[in-house]
Amino acid sequence: MKLITTLALAAGIALGGIGMASAQELVNEIGGVTIEGNSKVNMFKPEKDQSNIQRNFQKQPPLIPHSIKGYNITQNFNKCMDCHSKERAEETGATKVAKSHYLDREDNKLKNISPRRYFCMQCHVPQFDAKPLVENTYKPATKKGE
Amino acid sequence: MMSLEKYMPAWVKRIGLVTVLLLFVAGIVFWGGFNWALEATNKEAFCISCHEMEENVFREYQNTVHYTNRTGVRATCPDCHVPKEWGPKMIRKIQASNEVLHKILGTIDTPEKFNAKRGQLAQNEWKRMKANDSQECRNCHRYDYMDYTEQGDRAARMHPQAFTEGKTCIDCHKGIAHQLPAIDQHIGKQNDGAVAISHGEKPAEPAKEEAKPESK
Repeated sequence: MKLITTLALAAGIALGGIGMASAQELVNEIGGVTIEGNSKVNMFKPEKDQSNIQRNFQKQPPLIPHSIKGYNITQNFNKCMDCHSKERAEETGATKVAKSHYLDREDNKLKNISPRRYFCMQCHVPQFDAKPLVENTYKPATKKGE
Repeated sequence: MMSLEKYMPAWVKRIGLVTVLLLFVAGIVFWGGFNWALEATNKEAFCISCHEMEENVFREYQNTVHYTNRTGVRATCPDCHVPKEWGPKMIRKIQASNEVLHKILGTIDTPEKFNAKRGQLAQNEWKRMKANDSQECRNCHRYDYMDYTEQGDRAARMHPQAFTEGKTCIDCHKGIAHQLPAIDQHIGKQNDGAVAISHGEKPAEPAKEEAKPESK
């Protein structure tokens, strides 16, 4: 019994020690950059307004090419739809919400945006000047007929 | 004294020089006090001394650019909600007695009650700003001095267009400092029949609007 207790204690101390050691030099596994080195304030500066960003692959939800600082989507009001709804898009010059957003999950056509599409930023994301942590060689699949 | 009396108007002689001087001082004190009271009730600290303001609109406003921003220049409650010009300021201050009444009645003394009234309260304020051409915005944001090259693409495109159409700030910039009430944006059943938001456009031509999507 005594032996087990001692062993458990020893193991506990050893584990604790390992835990402490790794906490001191926390390194981001993908980039090999320390976590501290990662958190630059600049990363969170939104990109300036730009024209539409090319899609990286087929059916990619288009990226948001402008700052969305202070834009809220609440139960009461959807700021995105203030410009992107079909009624408003023409006046504001914004991209109109795609037809697919008017379908429910059974593909029934709805009069309005489907509730499952209400939270725009689930799929559409704004851009930040954040450099990729690792180089990647991703290439989209070619389109049909290319 | 005798020599001075020659120059005194009859009414001064009647009530006496001392009384005149006392009245003059009293005038300064009363006018100063009046202005002091006006100023004291024109401070953010005064506005949020009521929990109705502190718990609802003030907390929402804390997330916005008019509360915190890069340079630390702020627009506090009265900067937007109380006119700076004397006449309109007096009118607004007298109207505020209605707000005192509702403070006593407890009309909006819980967030639930406040939100139930939010649509009406917001519309009052939109109406006021529309009527005075968003004067309180324009005390700081003067569009004659806007440098479109410094603005974002969208702002630089929309601003000149809106000004040509004779729109005013509040037509588009609603809900920039506080949460909006439920707005009917025609994007779902939920807010159907809620407050309709206007962007200062001329009355819509429904027939034309229906025809357009077809042609595309």
